[in-house]
Amino acid sequence: MPATVLAAVLLLLSVYGYFTGRRRAVALAGGEPRRLHSVPGYHGVFVALWCALPALVLMVLWLAVAPWLIDGLVLRTLPEGLADGGEAQVRLLMTDIRNLASGDIASRRPDPKLLDAAAHYSNLQGLSRWALFAVGTALAALGLAGARTRVTPRFRARNRVEAIVGGLLVLCSTLAIVTTFGIVLSLLFESLRFFAKVPFSEFLFGLKWSPQMALRADQVGSSGSFGAVPLFAGTVLVSLIAMAVAVPVGLLSAIYLSDYAPRRIRAAVKPALEVLAGIPTVVYGFFAILTVAPVFRDIGAFLGLNVSANSALAAGVVMGIMIVPFISSLSDDVINAVPQSLRDGSAALGATTAETVRQVVLPAALPGIVGAVLLAASRAIGETMIVVMAAGLAANLTANPFEAVTTVTVQIATLLVGDQEFDSAKTLSAFALGLVLFAATLCLNVIALRVVQRYRERYD
Amino acid sequence: MTDLAPSMGGSVHRTARAEVRLRRRYAAERRLKWYGIAAVVIALAMLLALLGSIGAKGYGAFLQTYVELEVLLDAEVIDPAGTRARQALSAADYQVLASRALYVRFPDVTQRRARRELRAIVSPGAGFALRRMVLDDPTLIGGTVTLSAPVGDDIDQLAKGAIDRSAEQGRRVSDQQIGWFDALTAAGLIETRFNAGFFATADSRQPELAGIWGATVGSLYTLVVTALLAFPIGVAAAIYLEEFAAKTRLTDVIEVNINNLAAVPSIIFGLLGLMVFIQFFGLPRSAPLVGGMVLALMTLPTIIIAGRAALKAVPPSIREAALGMGASPLQVVTHHVLPLAMPGILTGAIIGMARALGETAPLLMIGMVAFVTAVPDGITDPGTVLPVQIYLWSDSPERGFIAKASAATLVLLAFLILMNGLAVWLRKKFERRW
Repeated sequence: MPATVLAAVLLLLSVYGYFTGRRRAVALAGGEPRRLHSVPGYHGVFVALWCALPALVLMVLWLAVAPWLIDGLVLRTLPEGLADGGEAQVRLLMTDIRNLASGDIASRRPDPKLLDAAAHYSNLQGLSRWALFAVGTALAALGLAGARTRVTPRFRARNRVEAIVGGLLVLCSTLAIVTTFGIVLSLLFESLRFFAKVPFSEFLFGLKWSPQMALRADQVGSSGSFGAVPLFAGTVLVSLIAMAVAVPVGLLSAIYLSDYAPRRIRAAVKPALEVLAGIPTVVYGFFAILTVAPVFRDIGAFLGLNVSANSALAAGVVMGIMIVPFISSLSDDVINAVPQSLRDGSAALGATTAETVRQVVLPAALPGIVGAVLLAASRAIGETMIVVMAAGLAANLTANPFEAVTTVTVQIATLLVGDQEFDSAKTLSAFALGLVLFAATLCLNVIALRVVQRYRERYD
Repeated sequence: MTDLAPSMGGSVHRTARAEVRLRRRYAAERRLKWYGIAAVVIALAMLLALLGSIGAKGYGAFLQTYVELEVLLDAEVIDPAGTRARQALSAADYQVLASRALYVRFPDVTQRRARRELRAIVSPGAGFALRRMVLDDPTLIGGTVTLSAPVGDDIDQLAKGAIDRSAEQGRRVSDQQIGWFDALTAAGLIETRFNAGFFATADSRQPELAGIWGATVGSLYTLVVTALLAFPIGVAAAIYLEEFAAKTRLTDVIEVNINNLAAVPSIIFGLLGLMVFIQFFGLPRSAPLVGGMVLALMTLPTIIIAGRAALKAVPPSIREAALGMGASPLQVVTHHVLPLAMPGILTGAIIGMARALGETAPLLMIGMVAFVTAVPDGITDPGTVLPVQIYLWSDSPERGFIAKASAATLVLLAFLILMNGLAVWLRKKFERRW
């Protein structure tokens, strides 16, 4: 594949650039490096950077733009009548052409016109690859030659290199902003397309969720309904169960570990709790369906209750276990941050440890604990694998923890896994749900970080 | 003490009411302590239950039952034309030969239905193994070979004692099959041994043939892409933010952003990857390349935050000394601060990578759930990763797959323990107090 070859060529050229720049600097200084403004290595790095960077930028741009150009060119050569059925059909057509070009087996016999287009497509693709290779190599060679002529004893190579590296550092740190923008834009863009089909109010306040669209218009229930309230309710129910497990267990273990436990127990238990935090969520989900859900169903049957195999309870309890270490380690931090002098003062007044904890330590640590709980709640809302595996699929508006409910994340995952066309309301709804999820967790995170930060400032 | 109290009536602290109050206070003290102990015990018990139940279900998958068959490599079946052409040899039906070996052993089974049940004893893997043997050495055709073939999943479960022998109703194995199995066992032809295939093959429809090698390789490719992207970019961002950035509005925004990104649900990153990498840039679905890029975006905040903490821990005197010797600001960082902070940065990066290794949800979004039976050859081949493989297997109805999922979980946990152990070792070895 020429892109990989190009990368290898670029690497070789820049290594060569480094040595030739270095050698030239030493040679121009008459073999006396002290006559140079910068150490010879900087001259080398300068040449190498000029060789590699422009070509790399070109490569990335090319890889981003070329597919669009090729699609456009292929579509223009298509005979009349093939590509005038609207955007969706054109998209379908392009997928067919692409599959034919890459040699995938088509289920039906391909149209000869499409075969032509596919041949054209693979031609263009090959052309684009080789053109990229040629232009990239030429650019690298040009950069190398140009930078090499600039090397003189008085050339401030170090300053130039440091300016370039500094620019790269800034670029890397702005990637976080780019990512956030990417998330917001891609979610917003698709959500707007969704809200063009389904009214915003129906999505936010509707009570019925059944995204399955019928293939034919005359089928029963063909329209699909997108009222997301059952999903929000399900998410809240599962998260509440999780928090009901995690907050007491996490907080009490943090209190025990910080104010009661002997040092040896603390040293043994803390890492064990952190193991819980390191277990992948898919393992928790597996544990939920393999062990916890059957146990709950058996207990329910014993008590005469009807507990669903995908009960919200099982998913919530396992999610709670997952969050325990999160709450315990964050609260442990804030409880430990309460100055020892406050505890000593309380003890001097004759308070027992329990009274000190309840009336001195906890109030002082409260903002931090609230922040931890909020962060944990945002975790619970956004958690996917446990609920995908252990909670139900059918939207069910209920507050009964023994029934199966579905959550926002479950729906996103199930709507987008597998084959998909990107203009049905069904797939687009996943992005609207994603937007709601992102907004909700963002609010929780911002509030939590604010609370934690404000608290920290008090004891610094 | 208590019986002395009334006689010391002068003190308000020794009245009967004070005694009661004191007892209550001590009881509250003990209660809180026991609540704490109970909480810790609950958390640890859950950890043990989790590991225990998965270990108990999973160890069986490391073993596999094999049946020894004397297979006649009939030239009529393998190569009726007699050309010995490679294509003809690889297209032939080898499973028939394995089935015939069973018919020979049980000659009185002639009914169609009974024969079908008899055939089910041997896994389709027998046919694959025979094909490999013949392709490696075509001179075997016409002779008889001894083949140790995996048994079908249901028989495997029977051999492991997971199937109740008492009632035929609702059981996946018939009484007849049990009889044949016992006969084979009595003849010494059944053997249960370490399942090497589990570590050598990719996914399969047959539980007895499915392995984790494909998913492991997929995980490796994905993780390499993640590391190559996230580590340099994360370290560069950490250096800029910690060492160079003036406190401006832009750096404030970046900081808040990074903190928020660290807490964004992972499935949102999957949506981002789906829209940007697959829809917009047209990168291939199900590829470790895209998976690695998505996980890199997800891991980046972790690495930046860990990197900044490690850089912050390097005392300012180091920087001042280097500046005093005439080093430029960038030289101060690359020659002095960064090497000293590197163990801390690496520790954080490894922990971030371990989290990426266990991540599933974003990879579902970019199509790494495809059923892939081939081990991926590169980062653009369709592939899957260990956690997704666990998810796929745990969804399957066959009993054998549940055991496989548990075993794959054990392997995944082993990798995670290894990585976290490495991080702890790094921290211990290079930890420096200034």
